[in-house]
Amino acid sequence: MRDHLVNEARKAGERLHHFHGGLRLRHNKKISCTTPVEKVPLATRYFVPLLQQTGREAKALVSTGQKILKGDPIGSFAHLGSGYVHAPTSGIVTAIARHPNSHPSGEDGACIVIKPDGLDQWKPLQPIENWEQAEPGLLRQKIQESGIVGLGGAVFPTAYKVGEASLRGIHTLILNGSECEPYISCDEMLMREQPQSIILGARILQRAIGAERTIIAIEDQMGAVHASLSGAVEQSGATEIDIVQVTTIYPEGGEKQLVQVLTGLEIPSGGRPTDLGLLCQNVATATAVARAVVEDKPLIERIVTVTGNGVRRPRNLMAQLGTPIANLVDQCGGYTGDAARLILGGPMMGYALSSDSNPVIKAANCILVLTESDIQPPQPEMPCIRCGECARVCPSMLLPQQLDWSIRNDLWEEASDLGLADCIECGCCDFVCPSHIPLVDWFRFGKAELQLLAAEREQAEAARKRFEAREARLQRLELERKQRIAEKKRALGSANDKRKKIAAAVERARSGKGGGS
Amino acid sequence: MNRKFKTAGAPHFPPQTTVTRVMLQVLIALIPAIAAHVWFFGPGILFQITLAVGFAVGFEAMMLKARHQPVRLFLGDLSAVLTAVLFALCIPPLAPWWISLIGMLFAIVVAKHLYGGLGNNLFNPAMVGYVVVLISFPQAMTAWLPPVAIAPVPLGIMDTLAAILGGKLPGDLTWDAITGATPLDLIRTSVASGEMISEARSSPVFGDFGGLGWEWIANWYAVGGIWLLWRRVIGWHVPVTMIGSVLLLGLIAWLTDPGSNPSPLQHVFSGALMIGAFFIATDPVSGCASTRGRLIFGAGVGIITLVIRRWGGYPDGVAFAVLLMNMAAPLIDRYTRPRIFGR
Repeated sequence: MRDHLVNEARKAGERLHHFHGGLRLRHNKKISCTTPVEKVPLATRYFVPLLQQTGREAKALVSTGQKILKGDPIGSFAHLGSGYVHAPTSGIVTAIARHPNSHPSGEDGACIVIKPDGLDQWKPLQPIENWEQAEPGLLRQKIQESGIVGLGGAVFPTAYKVGEASLRGIHTLILNGSECEPYISCDEMLMREQPQSIILGARILQRAIGAERTIIAIEDQMGAVHASLSGAVEQSGATEIDIVQVTTIYPEGGEKQLVQVLTGLEIPSGGRPTDLGLLCQNVATATAVARAVVEDKPLIERIVTVTGNGVRRPRNLMAQLGTPIANLVDQCGGYTGDAARLILGGPMMGYALSSDSNPVIKAANCILVLTESDIQPPQPEMPCIRCGECARVCPSMLLPQQLDWSIRNDLWEEASDLGLADCIECGCCDFVCPSHIPLVDWFRFGKAELQLLAAEREQAEAARKRFEAREARLQRLELERKQRIAEKKRALGSANDKRKKIAAAVERARSGKGGGS
Repeated sequence: MNRKFKTAGAPHFPPQTTVTRVMLQVLIALIPAIAAHVWFFGPGILFQITLAVGFAVGFEAMMLKARHQPVRLFLGDLSAVLTAVLFALCIPPLAPWWISLIGMLFAIVVAKHLYGGLGNNLFNPAMVGYVVVLISFPQAMTAWLPPVAIAPVPLGIMDTLAAILGGKLPGDLTWDAITGATPLDLIRTSVASGEMISEARSSPVFGDFGGLGWEWIANWYAVGGIWLLWRRVIGWHVPVTMIGSVLLLGLIAWLTDPGSNPSPLQHVFSGALMIGAFFIATDPVSGCASTRGRLIFGAGVGIITLVIRRWGGYPDGVAFAVLLMNMAAPLIDRYTRPRIFGR
């Protein structure tokens, strides 16, 4: 089965396909693309969260008062799910404390607070010489040690993805440059300004996973990007890299949708692109890989789009991870008078932050500030009228209205059957719902609940097994005890027999004496 | 100085549409057909709409209060108004005022609120109200007027009002004199008495395809319906399969026995078929939700309508067909769930 799919997937990019549903949204990207990417000047304090990827908090490697250099690892891979975090600049660790950490939960998290010394001095750099000849394993190790995660927003550890890919056999690397959410333009600017870096990253990744070719997918409305990328491909002399323009329909940049658009194939439910012999990486991730390998510079900065009607001069900024978001907004001329909501990410899938003291993190592709008139007062929720719009636009071909119903009524089996886990939280259903039902909120809640239930079931199962094992052990012990007693009894019994026999013999002897013979 | 913000869940765009807007667009789409109704059959329909809307809003407000629901919010959704207008379009223009009262009582109080209000009704409220009065008051419900053009005595505004509110006709007119059989009635009685359809069709109440006047109203329903399709308020599935199944089966019947079966166009352009296809069977609440389900639902309504028109006890069958399919909708939905991505 996999072989067939893998072979089909080799045709990726030959012809474009459709995916179900989706929305044509106004892009709102141009407003942040008029000026080149600017560097954010040094901040007075950096707050570097130890949790910046899907998974768990890293272990702090530094202590308060310690002097550190730019690029030094300050948090490390401690257990499965955690990853490296590095110092964004040189300076002194002033605290390791709980601080807003831009996490979707809105809870504070452990952050390493750094006071810069103003020198911005790099750690000694030891790039991999001649990566073309380097062992793929060495490249993968570098990716891990550089703290690279998926920069498209999902922040899944790249080393893990690449490691799995290298084991499963990958023919095509897909670099995702189709940033489909409105307002966000950081990848577009990156592709315009640093195409060589992307191509280099693509070739390194290809070597790290053993892929034969690369497809860079961009949107058909990104005018200057195609020319810039194809120029860089030509310059690099790489013949195995193709650029494919896909139609802009949100969420065509979602991994599953992009693979479907390029191959016509659906990633099996619960599966990954590797099931088709594909690996998807964001274009910014590729540049991070290139920097890590050829310069030994870990992931400590990224391009952030600062945009929306709530900021005076929208633009893209190159920001160090850990910079307070307020600094970025200041650099864009500050807030407009009616700024009302601060969002990390895009308007469809991003999450609202409660304060601009939150730092820039690896996931921060966009800081979107919306105004009162953008968001409008919340509308009252009405009952579902089963209009079916939600199902029409759902790229996962789910029935959101029925999912919503089953979640609200705690019908978890049903929710599971209806494909709750297949929901990609793109927000299309929510967007079109005339009854203003917060569908995505319910689905997130439902997913968490399903996970909890699964964990509970697992625990209960483990407890049951422990209990059964204990019962069996007790039974065995009891049985053994009984056997021992029985044996002893038998032994004693036979001893008694002997004694009886002796007694009987004595008796006989006595009576013999008495009775004569 | 750090700035604080209020948070909310994604997506962060304002809502694109509202239930009120959906209902309002359906109401707007009905305007051409209502105008045509007035043109062909006089002002009766306007009074019926006024009455039905008045009763519907009253019952809706009462039930919302009784159920401790926000009255203003739910009255504003216009769903009760739409139910009332659809009901009024189904009853004879001279029906007495209490027909609306009883119809709306069953539509709003029983079919809608006793089932849980907006979004929870199993049956189409307008059709429940209509069927209740159709079955209970057959005489009042057959007071159909012939088109003004061929009416022996056209009634004025005041005459119409007096007839609806007081049951009085001007002068010494009798009800029999001013009302007449609808085209579907005629077809029914002629087929029952062994006449040929062609003979029945010689009656002046027939037009080019369907009934005189009725076919034009049907056209305007279709125009309104196509506008709704274009606005994406309704999907194409139900209207296409409903009209399609009637055309197809009607054509087969007509080809096999043109003597006792009207032409398929006659079927499509008379009675409640057009309003049913675009405005009633498309009601999302009581219909199917899945795409395949909607195809089946529309075809089912079409087929049952034809069966009732041909063999049933009533000249038209759209309302019964819709209610029967409403009953089947949950089951159809259950078995027509779309395949989930990647499964």
